[in-house]
Amino acid sequence: MTGHVAHHFDDAEQQFHAANLGMWIFLATEVMFFGSLFAAYTAYRYMFPEAFVAGSHSLDVVMGTINTAVLLLSSLFVALAVNAAATNRSRAAAGFLVGAIVMGVVFLGIKAVEYADKFAHNHVPGAHFQFHRESEGEHAVDGEHHVSVNESAIPGGDFQAGHNSPDRTLEKRVELFFSLYFAMTGLHALHMVIGVVLLGIVAYQAWRGAYSQTYFTPVEVSGLYWHFVDIVWVFLFPLLYLIR
Amino acid sequence: MSSVAGAHDAPHENAHGHTFGSFVSTYVFSLDHKIIGLQFLFSTLLWFLVGGLLALGIRWQLAYPWHDMPVIGRMLFAEQGGQISPEFYTMLFTMHATVMIFFVIIPILAGAFGNYLIPLMIGADDMAFPTLNMLSYWFMWPAFIAIGSSFFAPGNGAASGWTSYPPLSTMQTASPGSGPAQTLWLLGVTFVGISSMMGSVNYMTTIIQMRAPGMTMFRLPMTIWGMFITAVLQAFALPVLTAAGFMQLMDRVVGTGFFAPEALVVNNAAAVTGGGQPLLWQHLFWFYSHPAVYIMILPAMGMVSDIIACFSRKPLFGYKPMVYSISGIAGLGFIVWGHHMFVSGMNPVLGLTFMTSTMLIALPSAVKVFNWLGTIWGGNIQFTTPMLFALSFVSMFVIGGLSGIFMAATPVDIFIHDTYFIVAHFHYVLFAGTAMAVFGGIYFWFPKMFGRMMDERLGKVHFLLTFVFLNGTFFTMHILGAVGFPRRLADPYHYETFRHLLPMNRFMTWCAIGMVGTQIIFAFNFFYSMFFGRRVGRNPWGANSLEWAAPSPPGHGNFDFQPIVYRGPYEYGSPESDTDYYPQTQPPPTPGAHPVPSPAHS
Repeated sequence: MTGHVAHHFDDAEQQFHAANLGMWIFLATEVMFFGSLFAAYTAYRYMFPEAFVAGSHSLDVVMGTINTAVLLLSSLFVALAVNAAATNRSRAAAGFLVGAIVMGVVFLGIKAVEYADKFAHNHVPGAHFQFHRESEGEHAVDGEHHVSVNESAIPGGDFQAGHNSPDRTLEKRVELFFSLYFAMTGLHALHMVIGVVLLGIVAYQAWRGAYSQTYFTPVEVSGLYWHFVDIVWVFLFPLLYLIR
Repeated sequence: MSSVAGAHDAPHENAHGHTFGSFVSTYVFSLDHKIIGLQFLFSTLLWFLVGGLLALGIRWQLAYPWHDMPVIGRMLFAEQGGQISPEFYTMLFTMHATVMIFFVIIPILAGAFGNYLIPLMIGADDMAFPTLNMLSYWFMWPAFIAIGSSFFAPGNGAASGWTSYPPLSTMQTASPGSGPAQTLWLLGVTFVGISSMMGSVNYMTTIIQMRAPGMTMFRLPMTIWGMFITAVLQAFALPVLTAAGFMQLMDRVVGTGFFAPEALVVNNAAAVTGGGQPLLWQHLFWFYSHPAVYIMILPAMGMVSDIIACFSRKPLFGYKPMVYSISGIAGLGFIVWGHHMFVSGMNPVLGLTFMTSTMLIALPSAVKVFNWLGTIWGGNIQFTTPMLFALSFVSMFVIGGLSGIFMAATPVDIFIHDTYFIVAHFHYVLFAGTAMAVFGGIYFWFPKMFGRMMDERLGKVHFLLTFVFLNGTFFTMHILGAVGFPRRLADPYHYETFRHLLPMNRFMTWCAIGMVGTQIIFAFNFFYSMFFGRRVGRNPWGANSLEWAAPSPPGHGNFDFQPIVYRGPYEYGSPESDTDYYPQTQPPPTPGAHPVPSPAHS
């Protein structure tokens, strides 16, 4: 039982608590990290509600819903894996972890399809961004909301006559929505990729029978990480796909 | 003093081989918190030199505007006769602040002292996560390389201020330094953020989980409390800057519009942007950077508390109020960031709340100052070099703290905003405060780090000259600020009103040159003492805390016995002890009176 206790720890219990606490603190920093993106989302949604509605309508709710289910299922697998490892069933833990990994990869695959669609429609922020009103059909945007912003006098402005029409203004603000969409889901996807690698290593160790009642710290802490990433998506999904 | 300590003084050598591989694993990619701490110390001292030279560049331009700048002028501006450009001046103050804040003050406190002292002072063998600890040092190197190479990018470095306000920072064409140099700056700051995040996770876990038997939270030395609260601040504030930096990076590289305002025109070119808000950047930036001000001073306050108690030979006055006031400063530190934005166009009602919360910080700060004075009061004061630096920290912090109240009051701030008054204020806190505490800390813990004393006479000369020159440089800035002398302007003498201030600026510049020159004495003392200083035993100062019970320097695993803690670290002059100090590990005279403590984590 003492084989996996590093020399600077007194016993396995201290090591377990230290690893757990470390992961919780790390997750707290992650909350603050995603929290600032949510703060930016809140500020801009408050300022440009119509652009956010328009942008949200171009997202595929069905794919988003499937992805949410996939991710929740993966969290269930991880929870089962932790339970299996803690009850001396290391091989079963490995199986559950592989299930979670498969779900994670499915999530990333669906996300890739969605991204490809966005690239195809030039909805990716940058020089080639385009957004046309017809794609957001039913909700008309009231004109008075734009007039106030467009008056900013621009020196030497022969260019703004064409560029700052209400449509153009809406397009720039929808670009802001997609900036947030890609930043938030992109960083979430990056965390998913890291999580898949992490679970892969732990699954391999579990298959080799490394974990038991007395030592399952890696399963526990990487599970915490996975649940966190899952929860971030649970907040992203309604904000980006559902509130419209 | 050495009679007790001498009993333990067996030479203790770290057992390591002589092959190249073991050299690399012992000194380069070391997992030992002490080596990592020293790596941080040497790296940050080197950057301290770079930051100091950048400051001299600023001072030269203000004393001799548009004169041939020594060395740099000939190298970079030969065709203008060595006369620097205004953009170059902007780069100088941007990079001076960036280097000093991100590469010197924050990593020297948390990285160097935090790493070296936390396990020793709590009685642990090492940090909870040694590999993470090593990574936190090596993640500084991409930052060093990014910021270092930005000096060779167009514009010779980022030039949008250390605050990196948009639109200057998000538009590639805004200034010569807004191109690749600004991108490298953002990358550098991001890596510093990752490094600090790793460090803070480690420090908190270590302090909570790894304390020796008997070391309760309220027996921790103030240094550790300072480090602990700082780690909390870092963990909760820094990710916000990392996220904001990521968004700004995307604005620059991909072309998103998080922070660039609508219909923006820069250098006659329309910028491709959405309806971004520069104000959002300011909020996110200061949400980190105001707590960062406390990240830059709380560990110093802790170290000064330990030094003052030791050399006053008295218990620290008001230990628990000291802990609560540190926590209070940290808690309030999260809700005051808007006081940096009184003139930003923020809602004035919000300004009032930020003004009130900011002024509240004066209360815990005053508690600390009075407690330091109470500690010194009636003490058997020993004027050693560390004590002199600690005393100057207290007195300079009073000046820096009081000038902060001026800035906190919105009406006053509107008048003195972006003048030299604010420059005076934060240099009193950061240089006259923190840097002096860091010097004191180096003199104090040097014998623990290297087993030898630094030369006291040279140390006192170093102290005296630094103290005189820093006041010559920074006190005068209050006067400049009060008459409106603007900061961040390459040539304020362009305005008739400020021309009469040139002689005062020349005086300040020569003081600054003297101050930087004085550090040669320190550098000589440091390296000379490392090899030829007087050898000392475990406890040369007669201090109580745990690190002085370990060998000097401590070997791998720190303690050659299991430290058991019987009391707090400030029992100086206790009647229970024969000496005027009473180490935390010394068993009480009546063994049955105190039960043997159990480990902290159980």
